[in-house]
This record gives sequence, structure tokens and C-alpha cells, in this order.
Amino acid sequence: MPASLPPQRHRAGRRAAPLLALLFILAGGPEARSADPVVVHIDNFTFGPDTITVAPGTAVTWINGDDIPHTVVAKDRLFRSKALDTEDRYTFVFTQPGKYPYFCSLHPHMTGTVVVTGPAG
Amino acid sequence: MPDHDDGTLNRRGALACMTWAGTGLLWSLGGGVPRAVGLETAVATEAPSAPFRFLQISDSHVGFDKAANPDALGTLREAVAKIRLLPDKPDFIIHTGDISHLSKEREFDDADQILRETGVPLFFVPGEHDLLDDDQGGAYRARYGQGSRGAGWYSFDRHGIHFVGLVNVVDLKAGGLGNLGPAQLDWLDRDLAGLASSTPVVVFAHIPLWTVYPEWGWGTQDGARALASLKRFGSVTVLNGHIHQIIQKVEGTITFHTARSTAFPQPAPGTAPSPGPVKLPAGELRKVLGVASVTFVRGAEPLAIVDTPLAG
Ligand SMILES: [Cu+2]
Repeated sequence: MPASLPPQRHRAGRRAAPLLALLFILAGGPEARSADPVVVHIDNFTFGPDTITVAPGTAVTWINGDDIPHTVVAKDRLFRSKALDTEDRYTFVFTQPGKYPYFCSLHPHMTGTVVVTGPAG
Repeated sequence: MPDHDDGTLNRRGALACMTWAGTGLLWSLGGGVPRAVGLETAVATEAPSAPFRFLQISDSHVGFDKAANPDALGTLREAVAKIRLLPDKPDFIIHTGDISHLSKEREFDDADQILRETGVPLFFVPGEHDLLDDDQGGAYRARYGQGSRGAGWYSFDRHGIHFVGLVNVVDLKAGGLGNLGPAQLDWLDRDLAGLASSTPVVVFAHIPLWTVYPEWGWGTQDGARALASLKRFGSVTVLNGHIHQIIQKVEGTITFHTARSTAFPQPAPGTAPSPGPVKLPAGELRKVLGVASVTFVRGAEPLAIVDTPLAG
């Protein structure tokens, strides 16, 4: 997983293990991912990591660690956060497979991409 | 007010202690050629009499309370106190945006209350921090947008000089820089159309209209088109904010200048991992900003504009 994750994720993951195994079987391969939450950190006017790949249904949360507000805005305006002040967060759940380029509407040189994998098969 | 060695607080002493706060620039236009002096010098040495003067103030970020300056409202207050001590009142003040930090009504209220104390008319253009309300600028336009068009652009004339306030913080494109947009550029062409080329023009906008440092978004994507429209004029002065430091250059008949913030400094282009606020210990902050201010002060001489290297 590219992003650092909240610690409880691992416990949740263990509890969900039988279900995950079932999902892997249904999805037909280990490349299918669970929909565990993913965090993107905003630090030094950068989305980190700038590209993440997630499974459909994944909640992606952006957390602003800068002293300056930022926003998270999809290039196609599918999602748009309010201005995130320091330590503010914004979450969007990605349901449809596809590529979602986004940027900060205050500092448009800040760009990132969420890739949502398609169901295998 | 800080105390001084002799226990008194004369005006000059008080000012020296306030030099750390970003201030404003005093512009005087004689014969269409703008000249600027730092505020400290203007107050301390009694500025030379000029036919017409105005002030630029920028990036007050009222509401900002982070480490780089826990009291941005206080430093705006100090800047205004300095303005009030000027022996000759400027005709008006141009605020080049980021009045507020988060576009909250309370921030705008506080800023207005303090800026009003200058006792002179104020002209504004928005910074990106002024358009953060749910209505994406509704609060700004309700407060400052009277008589403006589009996202808040307008022009006016004073003493034979044509002033144009542009908005380049709206509808920014992913991966891009500041943006004026075709509607505003068309309006600019129409606005300038009737003017003789000998008319001095002052253009002000938040983000630099010229490319200072694209890696940090310090520039305006379609700024070149605006500058092309201004090429025929004999004297053009472009005043911007946004980058919280003084950078100047001259290109033909166009003089570019960016103003300091009254809230916090930002790093020189490319000298830090990001353009975020520079955090310094309080004493350090005052010292460094004070030094930066001295380098700019040129007394009554015409402003010598230095093309600052952009590479970090
Ligand atoms: Cu940003």
C-alpha cells in the first residue's frame, strides 16, 4: 500500500481476513485489493504519495499538515473539498474504477491522481 | 509599544521597532514614472513632496495564527499605525489581496476595521485566500465587489493615471498558475482601448502577472496576454503580492514589483522545500525582515529595480 495507514487498519484487516480470502477467490487473484481506508498527506505543498491505487469502495482521506490551507479538487469536479486548514481532513469514497486526477485549487501546481482498479476478470 | 534605552518612545524609535512587520510601499508618481520608498524612510526623513502618492499593502492574512506569526492581525495593526504616522497622507491604498486567511466574515470584519483607521480610500483585489467561502468568493464580492465586473476586476482614473485591478486567483487549472481568463482579458482590451499611449498605467493583481517561479505556481498562465495589451503604453507599473517578498524587474516600459506581506515571510524562490510560511524565532524574524527592509529603502532616490535571480 502506498499510503501510511491508521494503526487500527491492521487489526481491522485481521478481523476481515476470512472475508478478504473470499473476496480474493471471487475476484480471481491476489492483485485485487480490499477497500481499506487510505490516507494522503499534504505536506510542503505536495500530495504524498501523489499517485495512489485503490480498490473500488475505498475511502481516501487527505490530511493537511501545512500551515497554509489547501483544497482537494477533482479535475472533472467529481469531488471538491472545502479549504482544509492545518490538520483538517477530507474524505471521498471512490466507487467507480478509473483514473481521477485532482489538484489544489489554491495552489494548482499541486497535483495528484487516484487510480481505482477495476473488478478483475 | 516597546520601551527604549532612554525610557522615552519617540516616533522614530517606535518605528524602528516595528520595522519587522511587513509594511507597505509608498509610491509617488511624478511625470508618470513611479518611485517607491520604504515606509520607514518615508516617515523618518519626511518624504519628498510629490504630486500624487498612493500606498500598496498586501497579504495581511487576517486570521493566520501559526508559528510564523501567531498574530497576523496585530502586525496589520502595526503596519496601519505606521501609515497613520506618514507626514503626508497617501491619496489611497491598494490592497493586493489575501486580506483574510480563510475568508471568514470575522477575518474580513477585523481587517476592515483596522484598514479603515488609515483614513484614506482603499481599493482591493482578491487573493486566493479571500475566495474560500462556500460561495467561492461571494463574501469577498459582497464586501469589496461594488462597481467591479466578473470575479471583481475594475479600473479607475486618478490624476491622469489609469489604474486597473485584475483578478488572477479564480478558476485555476490543475498543474497551472494564476489565471485571468478570456472574459477578463477581453474586458482589459476594451478598457484600455480609448487611452492614449502616453497615459501612465498601473495594473495590480494578487499573483505576479509575470513568471517568478512556476515550480511554486508564482506566475500567471495568461499574464503574457495582458502584458501584450499594455505594451503600447509608455509607462506601465505592475504591482502584485502573493509571494510575501519584494521582487522587482523592468521589461521595456513595464516595471514589475511584488510587495511584502504584513503577516509572514515566504522563502525566496527555490530556497526551501515549499513556499510555506518561514518560521523564525521572534527576535530572528524581526531582525531578518528588518534587514530585508533596509535593502529596499532608497530614500528619495528613484527606485532602482533589481532583477532578482530566481534560481535556488
Ligand atoms: Cu494548496
